[in-house]
Amino acid sequence: MTIKEIQNEIIDEFSMFDDWMQRYEYIIELGKSLPLIKEEYKTDENLIKGCQSKVWLQGDQNDDKIVFTADSDAILTKGIIAILIRTFSNQKATDILNADVDFIDEIGLKEHLSATRANGLVSMIKNIKMYALAFDTKNKN
Amino acid sequence: MLDIQKIRSDFPILSQKVNGKPLIYFDNGATSQKPQIVIDAEVKYYQEINANIHRGVHTLSQLATDAYEISRGKVQEHINAKFAHEVLFTSGTTHGINLVTNGFASILKTGDEVIVSSLEHHSNIVPWQMLCEKTGATLKVIPINENGELIIEAFDALLSERTKVVTVNHISNALGIINPIKYIIDKAHAVGAAVLIDGAQAVPHLKPDVQDLDCDFYAFSGHKMCGPTGTGILYGKEAWLNKLPPYQGGGEMIKEVTFEKTTYADLPHKFEAGTPNIAGGIVLGTAIDYLNNVGFDNIQQYENELLAHATKRLLEIEGLKIYGTGKNKASVISFNIDGIHPYDIGSIIDKLGIAVRTGHHCAQPIMNFFCIPGTIRASFSFYNTIEEIDQMVEAVKKAQTMLS
Repeated sequence: MTIKEIQNEIIDEFSMFDDWMQRYEYIIELGKSLPLIKEEYKTDENLIKGCQSKVWLQGDQNDDKIVFTADSDAILTKGIIAILIRTFSNQKATDILNADVDFIDEIGLKEHLSATRANGLVSMIKNIKMYALAFDTKNKN
Repeated sequence: MLDIQKIRSDFPILSQKVNGKPLIYFDNGATSQKPQIVIDAEVKYYQEINANIHRGVHTLSQLATDAYEISRGKVQEHINAKFAHEVLFTSGTTHGINLVTNGFASILKTGDEVIVSSLEHHSNIVPWQMLCEKTGATLKVIPINENGELIIEAFDALLSERTKVVTVNHISNALGIINPIKYIIDKAHAVGAAVLIDGAQAVPHLKPDVQDLDCDFYAFSGHKMCGPTGTGILYGKEAWLNKLPPYQGGGEMIKEVTFEKTTYADLPHKFEAGTPNIAGGIVLGTAIDYLNNVGFDNIQQYENELLAHATKRLLEIEGLKIYGTGKNKASVISFNIDGIHPYDIGSIIDKLGIAVRTGHHCAQPIMNFFCIPGTIRASFSFYNTIEEIDQMVEAVKKAQTMLS
């Protein structure tokens, strides 16, 4: 599936919920089921420091795609990471570079991506793109 | 006795809804809400007397200057400073502290020591670190115990003739612990050290008496005590303020300027370069009047009731731990729930209309001491109620259920 198709699928899933509580419960579930990053990747180098919660992100190249694994010490952050991983992992670098994350607004989680939350998510998206840029540049050379 | 409903009606923001729920504002440690009288005073200034101060001979300039200086006088009286010129208007506590550390850059030298405490906000750590880097002085740190209290014996042991400055907050922003500043000031003076007190978290709860405390500097912010943002006060003893060089150069702070030499203005103007936050300075006086009308005895008594009730109710929650359990506390509770990240609790109770602060509260050394990423901090003001606390407890319980 393309990134856009996955995002639309996620928007569909979230449209079934009536209120924020159901949405949050679902995110918590997603957070709990996130395939964890390998312990060896939970290094300071992979750590994205938010003011409040920490995020670890690792990107690996698999043929022409990038596989992302990640973790966080806060469960809501972890749930949103799960959504982002589902969207961006196993995608081509150029597609990742061209994608946006506006769908996060549509599923009612905008506040978690605002600067004031300082939870590492904004930096995580930036780092996903940086990985994509790095692999893209490497592949072209 | 306070008429809480009457007081609440003074604060228009409190009747707002957030996320569809009535706002419960427990982030008073970050900034307080403003009563209508303060909001009105800000508007009135711009509508009626806006002009630059200390320069014009025209009527508006006179009116604005008078109002600004009357406000300085109110602050002087409020904190019991000996002279009005010992009261400097600043943009906030951070500005006040940096003004002092900048001044000490020409006084300290290698081998001198500065003592700070482990309970400090970053804004009372970093400027001193920068000062030490610049001068070659050494930073010494007073440790805390498990209750979040300063270990006073350790402070005694750190003091020596090398100690040139001691700085400590009056009340800890992260834990609410009230520090024994009178003891610290006396001890520091005995070795000839100057003392700066960071009063940012104290002034919403109590009325400091700088002459009785005998501190050399006392810095605080206006916005935490019902005043406008971008306002603050640095109190400094006359002798120290005369000794310290100016912080910023510019208009207002000069006596005479030639390209050969500039002479500086007398206190307080020497430290007030440029056009200040005139409206803010004037309205800070209005905020102080408002608080004094409510009465600090009343405020303290009521806030202590809120603190006792919240402590009791929160401890009913299984796995909840309060940080900062020392006896002497202001109405601030920092807590965590076993196995749950403070960010998760904060995010969920925000959805329920409750504003608390989560994170390290700009006091990372404290979080490192307790080996935690942060806490949830509920800080209460005299306009909060017992019912609001009960609602917060229910919200935290709900969050705990969702997150477990």
